[in-house]
Amino acid sequence: MRPRLEARLGVSRTMVYATPVMALLLTMAFGSILFAALGQHPPAVLYAFFVQPISSAYGLAELTVKATPLVLCAIGLSFGFRANIWNIGAEGQLTLGAIAGGGVALWAGENAGPWVLPAMMLAGLLGGAAWAAIPAYLKTRFNANEILTSLMLTYVALLLLSYLVHGPWKDPQGYSFPQSRMFADSALLPLLTMGTRLHLGAPVALFVALAAWWVMARMFIGFQIKVVGLTPAAAGLAGFSVRRLTWITLLTGGALAGLAGLFEVAGPIGQLLPSISPGYGFTAIIVAFLGRLHPVGILLAGLLIALSYLGGETVQIELGLPLAVAGVFQGMLLFFLLATDVLVRYRIRWGRKVITQEAG
Amino acid sequence: MAEAGVPAQRQSPRLRLQGISKQFPGCLANDQVDLSLAPGEIHALLGENGAGKSTLVKIIYGVLKADSGSLHWNGARISITSPSQARGLGIAMVFQHFSLFESMTVAENVALGLDDKVRLDVLANEVGEIGRRYGLILDPERVVHDLSVGERQRVEIVRCLMQRPRLLIMDEPTSVLTPGEAEALFVTLRQLADEGCTILYISHKLSEIRALCDRATVMREGRVVETCDPREETAHDLARLMIGEDFSQASKSGTAQFGAPRLRVRNLHMAATAIHGTDITNLSLDVAAGEILGIAGVAGNGQNTLLAALSGEQLADDAATIEIEGQDAGQLGPRRRRRLGLAFVPEERLGHGAVPEMSLVDNALLTGYDRQDLLSRGSIMFARTRDYAERIVNSFQVVAGGIGANASSLSGGNLQKFIIGRELLQQPKILVVAHPTWGVDAGAAAAIHTALLELAEQGTAILVVSQDLDELLQISDRIAVLTAGRLSECMMTAAVDVTQIGLLMGAHVAENATANDGEKRAPQT
Repeated sequence: MRPRLEARLGVSRTMVYATPVMALLLTMAFGSILFAALGQHPPAVLYAFFVQPISSAYGLAELTVKATPLVLCAIGLSFGFRANIWNIGAEGQLTLGAIAGGGVALWAGENAGPWVLPAMMLAGLLGGAAWAAIPAYLKTRFNANEILTSLMLTYVALLLLSYLVHGPWKDPQGYSFPQSRMFADSALLPLLTMGTRLHLGAPVALFVALAAWWVMARMFIGFQIKVVGLTPAAAGLAGFSVRRLTWITLLTGGALAGLAGLFEVAGPIGQLLPSISPGYGFTAIIVAFLGRLHPVGILLAGLLIALSYLGGETVQIELGLPLAVAGVFQGMLLFFLLATDVLVRYRIRWGRKVITQEAG
Repeated sequence: MAEAGVPAQRQSPRLRLQGISKQFPGCLANDQVDLSLAPGEIHALLGENGAGKSTLVKIIYGVLKADSGSLHWNGARISITSPSQARGLGIAMVFQHFSLFESMTVAENVALGLDDKVRLDVLANEVGEIGRRYGLILDPERVVHDLSVGERQRVEIVRCLMQRPRLLIMDEPTSVLTPGEAEALFVTLRQLADEGCTILYISHKLSEIRALCDRATVMREGRVVETCDPREETAHDLARLMIGEDFSQASKSGTAQFGAPRLRVRNLHMAATAIHGTDITNLSLDVAAGEILGIAGVAGNGQNTLLAALSGEQLADDAATIEIEGQDAGQLGPRRRRRLGLAFVPEERLGHGAVPEMSLVDNALLTGYDRQDLLSRGSIMFARTRDYAERIVNSFQVVAGGIGANASSLSGGNLQKFIIGRELLQQPKILVVAHPTWGVDAGAAAAIHTALLELAEQGTAILVVSQDLDELLQISDRIAVLTAGRLSECMMTAAVDVTQIGLLMGAHVAENATANDGEKRAPQT
């Protein structure tokens, strides 16, 4: 007797939307076991992880600051994922966006006018898109797997940033620290509320999510993306070019990731550093799937995952738990999400293998 | 093969259904159905789409459970709860929609259908053995992905025969075969029946049922309306029983005047994209306004390549080889060909002609977006699109749970009506249609044929690729045969010699059969 998976006849729509919640509850349950094993009192840890970080206005602002890059990257990735284009390199595109946009800020220097911020955003978008254009070209020209190329290019991007801040762009007055000069005030994102780090990026991310919803639900290009993802042959019949959609989804994803990177360096950081992201580009993959590739879902998922970053920091400070707890939480969340997803589509049966056929 | 058990069992029916009822939300699919199948009998099950045949068969095969009623197998009351239990009893089924794994070979697919583990090389021999014995020629090493519909069906049949069934259910088996192949299949089926196997034969081809079957059960609206000896009824009587009212079969008048050519193909050469696909060699044809040209031929002779070349899914090397409405179109993609007036119905409905997980509204948009003006500056005009879907459903009597229903929820016949309707309402100047009535019952087939003939009368040039020779003889003005990627001369249907067509269609099959005897087959040319 071995367990096997048997396809369910129908997939419950409610369950599809319930699985993210179930995954969260399971993560909390197993997280509690983990904390108990570490000698902690689980309710206290859960409180410190999930509640304490957002029990102040400052905390809520921090949550939004962390969610902004996640949402931007995840929205960008979701277009591609819908079309079966698996861009795994948002982290690299984010980095390139930061380099390009940050480069504009450094080039403009102290005498930058009000034009510099729009120019930086444009550069960020273009930088990210340019980095994503490489896998797009390799895929459409040589049919190279975009998962590999986009992932490998991430490391190239990180090394490029490292080279710049160690070399040509290093702050001459920076005591040899690997960092660029601070951006001029005109090259920094305006803060929305005083006393927090909440910046212009948050409303932009919200706007991008709404725009993405409009594109996917109402625009023909969104329809084409869905058809290509679901049934490539039908897309061929209808004359939708897979090549064109590959370019569009990869460039859009890259551009949004690049914008997220620019927002990081022009917002909370204010200069170029060797490390500008705690893996937002990778975590955005979890955010995209947790949000069911739906813009509204991605907004909620982005906030939840942002909370896991904050919660990780809080339990480290308050309870002395390692920061890796945040990563463990994110990993468990994705694991349980995938597991519950499988169980929504399949049931477990014990016994011999049977080929079920569907009658006409 | 001797049946285990007491001789008395030979007198009791192999399978008896009593008072079977099955209720679906909003529809009583089976209503007190009685059916009795004797050992060694070939029994026809006749009925329109939605008459409840599929439901009944699914109950027999253990896919569905009846709400009430009883099943008796060789006289003993049983309940069948799963297909594997049905197979264990000796019930096998060849489905209308194949359940094959595309990326696996023929032999692997057969192995997966068996409940016991068998060595693949042994199995490959056995597949060849059964193929030779029953005239179902297959190369066990080939990957299913590259097989034509006709060849895939052979895999399904062989898979069933491997299990030495006592009851074989066949759902519309001959719709993809040539007359010769169908005749060969009948020999197979009669041979099986003589060996004591009962055959439940679902088909809408009445002439075939009258030639093959000993008894026929006619269903309508979930009930059995008649059980009779089909050989004593005329085809028209059977059709009337099935539909419940009189109907007339459309056919070409033969006196029509044709206009100028709308579609011209000149010396088309095209390599197949699939590994085992058939290349098109030096193919030329013309279809004039108001004309229906039929392309006959057994599946796997280059139909897929030709269709891809015509639809624009595969571009020709030279733009001048395909001309649509006088314009060089060989290098144009599907969207621009549609703008020139081409409409296209592919062979496969789900997964090519329609997106299974999308609604009928979305599937209407899929090919209608340009010619129906459903877009406005990149946005979808949903009101117009819904209206278009509604018109398709109404004009072609598509039975569906509303236009919001997913394409996958429609029966094969209704989805085909939807796809044909979607293309016809675009008022095409040229229509290329593959297998317009495959697996569609008589009533729906008649409706589709009438629609095609009306469209031709309005001046559309229609090219029909079909394996159903009767259909082509009925509706087309001229017929050509596609064999191994080459097209025969076009013949006027009125003056056509059916035996000659049969020979042209069979030429390639005979070639394959001889080549297949030597284990490894040379690539097809």
